[in-house]
Amino acid sequence: MAYVPLADQDQEMEMHHPHTWVEKYVFSQDHKVIGVQYGGLAVFTGIIGLALSLLFRLQLGFPESVDFVDPNFYYQAVTMHGMIMVVYFLTALFLGGFGNYMIPLMLGARDMVFPFLNMMSVWTFLISVVILMASFFVSGGPTGAGWTLYPPQTTMAGTPGHDAGIILMLVSLAVFVVAFTMGGLNYVVTILQYRCRGMTLMRMPLTVWGVFVATVLGLFAFPALLVACIMMMFDTLLGTSFFMPAVIEAGSPLDYEGGSPILFQHLFWFFGHPEVYIVALPAFGLVSDVLSVHARKNIFGYRMMVWAIIAIGGLSFIVWAHHMYVSGMNPYFGFFFATTTLIIAVPTALKVYNWIFTLWEGDIRLNSPMYFAIGFIFTFIHGGLTGLFLGNVVIDLPLSDTYFVVAHFHLVMGVSPILVLFAAIYHWFPKISGRMFNEKLAKVHFWLTFLGAYSVFLPLHYLGFLGVPRRYYALGNTDFIPLSAQDLNSTVTVAALIVAASQILFFVNIIGSLKWGKKADPNPWGAASLEWQTPDTPPVHGNWGDRLPTVYRWAYDYSVPGAAEDYIPQTVPENEVLAASNDNFETNKNPSPAAI
Amino acid sequence: MSDAATGEISQEGMESLVDDFSSDRQAYHVPWGKAMMWIFLVSDTFIFSCFLVGYLHARVTTTQPWPPQSEIFALSFGGDPIPLILIAIMTFVLITSSGTMAMAVNYGYRGDKVKTFWLICVTAVFGATFVGMQMFEWSKLIAEGVRPWTNPFGATQFGSVFFMVTGFHGLHVTGGVIYLIWVALRVRRGHYDNKGFEIVEIVGLYWHFVDLVWVFIFAFFYLL
Repeated sequence: MAYVPLADQDQEMEMHHPHTWVEKYVFSQDHKVIGVQYGGLAVFTGIIGLALSLLFRLQLGFPESVDFVDPNFYYQAVTMHGMIMVVYFLTALFLGGFGNYMIPLMLGARDMVFPFLNMMSVWTFLISVVILMASFFVSGGPTGAGWTLYPPQTTMAGTPGHDAGIILMLVSLAVFVVAFTMGGLNYVVTILQYRCRGMTLMRMPLTVWGVFVATVLGLFAFPALLVACIMMMFDTLLGTSFFMPAVIEAGSPLDYEGGSPILFQHLFWFFGHPEVYIVALPAFGLVSDVLSVHARKNIFGYRMMVWAIIAIGGLSFIVWAHHMYVSGMNPYFGFFFATTTLIIAVPTALKVYNWIFTLWEGDIRLNSPMYFAIGFIFTFIHGGLTGLFLGNVVIDLPLSDTYFVVAHFHLVMGVSPILVLFAAIYHWFPKISGRMFNEKLAKVHFWLTFLGAYSVFLPLHYLGFLGVPRRYYALGNTDFIPLSAQDLNSTVTVAALIVAASQILFFVNIIGSLKWGKKADPNPWGAASLEWQTPDTPPVHGNWGDRLPTVYRWAYDYSVPGAAEDYIPQTVPENEVLAASNDNFETNKNPSPAAI
Repeated sequence: MSDAATGEISQEGMESLVDDFSSDRQAYHVPWGKAMMWIFLVSDTFIFSCFLVGYLHARVTTTQPWPPQSEIFALSFGGDPIPLILIAIMTFVLITSSGTMAMAVNYGYRGDKVKTFWLICVTAVFGATFVGMQMFEWSKLIAEGVRPWTNPFGATQFGSVFFMVTGFHGLHVTGGVIYLIWVALRVRRGHYDNKGFEIVEIVGLYWHFVDLVWVFIFAFFYLL
């Protein structure tokens, strides 16, 4: 019996329609509800991560007058801040939140391919967050080993949270990997196998491409984290010596010998570097779509953008040891990994050029999502350039454990993705909620966030050049660091407090608009991609009413000469475009590059 | 504007690859479950690869000599000890189970539910036998004093890696046996009569994967 694709069958996918309130909003199998649940949970953990950063920033800025942060808590706050932001906030929000919400809508599907598995994914994610938060309440508190959890200090008595805290962290990460795998398999199979009629891979919006490649990276990179977690758990609980060399603690040898801390670093960064791109690639995709819509131009070099995403994804697996130049690994590795690191800058720079060329001579509409998207280009270029410094072994060696590194990765994978998140949330808020947000408030929020984030992270570069080491509780009286460094540190803390406080504007705007915002137009920005063409706003369960949409063009037909409006939705066939404009028009002879 | 979906679908070579990736609706002409299983297995491959790379690294860095596997994993039946005999039998059992699994897939696509059911059951029994022999092997080593944290024959990491890697693989086999029994029962109840029997192939993919992983564990841990 020949296999008939589901989209060709008369009877489509069986929808599990909810009957009760609980089925509709709590244990929902609707990808949109799951996306919002994922996003809400991620934002909640993100707020905790932000609060932790303020606590240790207060300590760094005003070490004399802040007495509620002791050294142990300082390390715990730094560790939890890092882990929460990278894994539980950014990864979960981009892939779990936006991935879930956008993939079926942008592809013209009714839902993910396995909605029940999707629901399991979000609840497993909740369990992992609960386990993570539980570590704040066990004796000894959460682990304070730094977010990279390097052995041997993770399991040694001097580290805060070396008993219960680290175990909960490892269990939570393992559960997160399970949750991600369930969701990630769904995203990949949905993108490959459940597109609507006419939706070829090369007509997909770049958001979907970014999420797709990031998910594939996640499926191949998270296993390394899982294995590292299992092995470290064995070291901690069973007394094996995978990562623990012979150690003498307080004069007496511990029961470990022959393990290799470097092995953990390799496993961790084999996960950790692709993880950077798991966060960055969906951000690249989302920002491409936002820029194109608000510049009223097709994205410059769509095919190049897709291949750049794929190239970055592939290369991201062979650059991991640039995090380990000072680890004591074989120094010859440094040459190889520096080379690959600089090569990965090529497709990344290519994307930046294409974003700028998209803006070039565009009919730019400075709506608030566009503010954030353009802000992203600034911070990303800035963070990317310092990446070229740190990718080189000789420059990395003196800068490695200084604030320069902190400044680099916060600009490139902290501030930049978060600016994209704000752009994306503002951009899609009218579709998700059916209401408009307050434009003025959003712009105030942008300026406070953008300038504030710069005044937090720009000074850190100077601190790094001065040689101020990262991860120190207080600088104290250090001869090689000038006293003025502390003034800079205090300034940074004040800026951080202002940025954090300005996020209240965002929440006021979003939550207030849900209730008082004026009703949104189904397509307020005039976007061509499929998610704006749903029959209902916000889309209802099943997304498309009676009939699945058919796609006739790529997602970027903006300002096409001769067309009636300055955008042509993906669902409009060629003859209707002609009917809409009576003039003879040229575009038909030169179909868009994606029209294969 | 061409529409790839309406064209002829090529079945071979580069053309079929291009067709797969330029088509609309779906890239591969397979059911969703099968595509998902393949991707999951690639992901799982990374897990086992990391375990094996970790093992090789530990073996290189440990300061004590690695114990001779052929002596440790030897059994004597009255006479001289035969090296690796138990592992050889275990490997044979597991690879045989792959054969019965392949037959089950074949009969599944022919719609022969009775034979499919019984062949899946035989596969599950082989799998359970494998896990049983693994339990025997574990208890023998534990009786000899090998623990994850200690090893009387040499490097501590030998015990750690042994229990971790074979344990993780054993969990996969155990999960596979449960999965097989679940599918077998649903085949017999006629659950797939209308849906088609792709599920037998999907569980088969998982089962063959678990076998293949064992071949690598066998080669790297027991033979190397």
